[in-house]
Amino acid sequence: METGELNPNHYPAQRAAKVVLHYINSHYGSPFKVFILQKVHSGNTEDVANSGRKYQLEISVKEMLSNSTHKCTAEVLFPRGERQSSPEVQVSCEEFEKLNTTKDDEALYQKLKTSTSMLSAQNLPDSHGRIDPEMKPIRHLGIVASSFIMLQESNENTLYSMAQVGNVTQLATDTDELKFDYFVLLHDMVSQDILRWNLQISWSPQEGVKILQQEKLPHCHECKMPPASD
Amino acid sequence: MNGLDSAAPGGTDQLDERLSVAKGVELNYDYTKYHPVDEIYEWMKHMEELNPELISSAVYGQTFEGRNITLVKLGLKNPEIREKQVIWMDCGIHAREWIAPAFCQWFVKEIVQSYKTNAQLEQMLQNLDFYVTPIINVDGYMHSWKDNSTRRWRKSRSSPPPGSTCYGVDLNRNFNANWGTVGVSFDSCSDTYCGTGPGSEPEAKAVMDFIGKMLKKVLCFLTIHSAGQLILLPYGHPQIKAPNYEELVSVGEAAAAEMKKLHGMDYTVGTSPQILYANSGSSRDWARLSGIPFSYTFELRDKGEFSHLLPEDQIEPACEEAYAGALSIISYVHNKHFNITVPNSVGTPFKVTETLLTILSTALCVSITTGLLSG
Repeated sequence: METGELNPNHYPAQRAAKVVLHYINSHYGSPFKVFILQKVHSGNTEDVANSGRKYQLEISVKEMLSNSTHKCTAEVLFPRGERQSSPEVQVSCEEFEKLNTTKDDEALYQKLKTSTSMLSAQNLPDSHGRIDPEMKPIRHLGIVASSFIMLQESNENTLYSMAQVGNVTQLATDTDELKFDYFVLLHDMVSQDILRWNLQISWSPQEGVKILQQEKLPHCHECKMPPASD
Repeated sequence: MNGLDSAAPGGTDQLDERLSVAKGVELNYDYTKYHPVDEIYEWMKHMEELNPELISSAVYGQTFEGRNITLVKLGLKNPEIREKQVIWMDCGIHAREWIAPAFCQWFVKEIVQSYKTNAQLEQMLQNLDFYVTPIINVDGYMHSWKDNSTRRWRKSRSSPPPGSTCYGVDLNRNFNANWGTVGVSFDSCSDTYCGTGPGSEPEAKAVMDFIGKMLKKVLCFLTIHSAGQLILLPYGHPQIKAPNYEELVSVGEAAAAEMKKLHGMDYTVGTSPQILYANSGSSRDWARLSGIPFSYTFELRDKGEFSHLLPEDQIEPACEEAYAGALSIISYVHNKHFNITVPNSVGTPFKVTETLLTILSTALCVSITTGLLSG
C-alpha cells in the first residue's frame, strides 16, 4: 500500500475523497443542497500506529443547485482493528458558512408539514433517468440520508453512490421534524454490488437529517421492492 | 399526389428526395432516447438498407439464450483495392450501462451524416472498416428492460451452475486474459463472477473467435461502458505493463482533452489498477494481449450522481464527447498506420507535397491569365 504523497487521480485518493463527500452531504446536505466531488487536488497517506490509515486531502466540491465550488481540506482515518468500524472524517471547506438553510428548504418543509396527504413516491429517478421536477428535492433528501450509511459502510475498498430511491413514504409524526421511510439502492463501484437499505429518517431545516432506524436488506438482484410503509 | 410506393432504384425525383430525407433523419429514429433490443435491431436493418455503399451487417455469434449478436460494418471501397484495416467497437457488455449502446448508435449515425462532407473521415473509411456491435450482451440488456427490479442487471443470463440459483456471468471478466487472477469472484451470485473458465460464455467466445480470424488487420479495439468518466488502458493486472504503455497514455490523454473541449467534462486516463480497480479477463486486456496495439475501455458519464440511470437529456452531450474521444484515437491510429501527417490542434506545419504546390500555382496562373481575379 502506498505511503506518502498520492496521485490525486488514482483510486486511493479518490476513494478517500468520496468518504469526505459522504460526510459533507450528511452534515450539510438538504433537499436543496447537495454536493458532488469535483476534483482531488492532492493527497497524502500514512499509517497511524494502533489506529489505522490516515489520508490528508485537498479537494473541491460543488453544490449542485447553486453551482458554487468550495475548496476543502480534509482528513480521513480508516480504522484498523478486529471490529470493522466507520471511517472518521474531519473537514473544513471555504465559504460553507454562507450556505444557509435556503428559502426553498423552508418552503418544502412548510408544504409537507401542512399537507393533508402523506407524500409517497417510487423510483427516483426511473429506469430512463427521468424524475418529476417536484420530486428532485425528495431524491436529494434520499442522497443526504444515504450519505450517513455510505459514510458508515465505507472503507479503503469501497466507492459508494446512491443509485436510486426505490420508494419513499412520509410518516405521520407529532414532532416538529418531518419523518420519512426511505428504501434506497446504493452502488459500490469496487464490487459492482447493489446494496439495499431501509431507512427511517427525520428532517427539518433547523435540525437537518437524522437517521432514526436503519436496516440492511438481503442481497437480491431481482427482488421486488419492499412495499411502501403505511 | 405520389404515394410512397415500393422504391425501385432510379425512381422519380420526388421519391429520391423522400429517400434522401429519410436517410438524413434515419426514419425519425430518436438518438436521444434509450431504445430496447428490438428497436435497435430494426434500426440496424434500416441503416443497412438506406446506406448500402457504406453499411453491411453480420451475425457473429449467439447469446446464451440464442439471440443473434450482430455488428454493423462501416466502410467504403478502397480506390486502390488495398486490404482494409479494422477498428473494433463494442457496446453494452454490461446490461445496465444503457448509455453505451446509445453511443454505438450515435457513432454510426454521426458517420453516416458526415462522411460525404468530411474528407478525412471519407479517407479513413476507404482505408478502414469499422466493426460496431451496438449490444453484445443482448440477453442481459433485454432483461434490464423488463421492469424496475431488473434495471440494474449487469451480467449475462446464463443459467445458474449446479448448486446455485444465481444467473449470469460478468462477461468482462470472462475473456482469455489472465482469467480468474484478480478482481473477480468465483461465486456465481456475485456481479463480478468470471464464469467456469476463460471464454466459457458464448458472448465472450463469439468476440474472441470472430476477431481471432482477422487479428493482424485490427488496429484498434474500443469497448464502451459506463460509468465513471474514465479512459482505461491495458492491463487490469497491477503487475503487467503493455509495451506501448507511454503511447497508450498519450493517445488516451489527447482523446480526453478533445472530450473536455465539448462540455467541460473530465475523463481520467490510466490503467484500471491505477484509477479504478484491478481486474482480469477483460475484453480490453484480451485484445491487447492478442496483439492489437491500441485497446481502450471507455467509461462514459457520469461520476456517481446518477451512475447507470443516466438521464436521457444527457445522452446527446455524453455521446458528442464520446464521439470526439473515439475519433481522436481512431484518427491517430489511422494516420500512424498509413503514414499521414496532418495539422493538429496545436498547428504543426502542414506537410504540403510538391504536386499540390504545382497544382495550386498552376491554378493561380490560369486564373490571372483568364482574368478571373480582376473582378
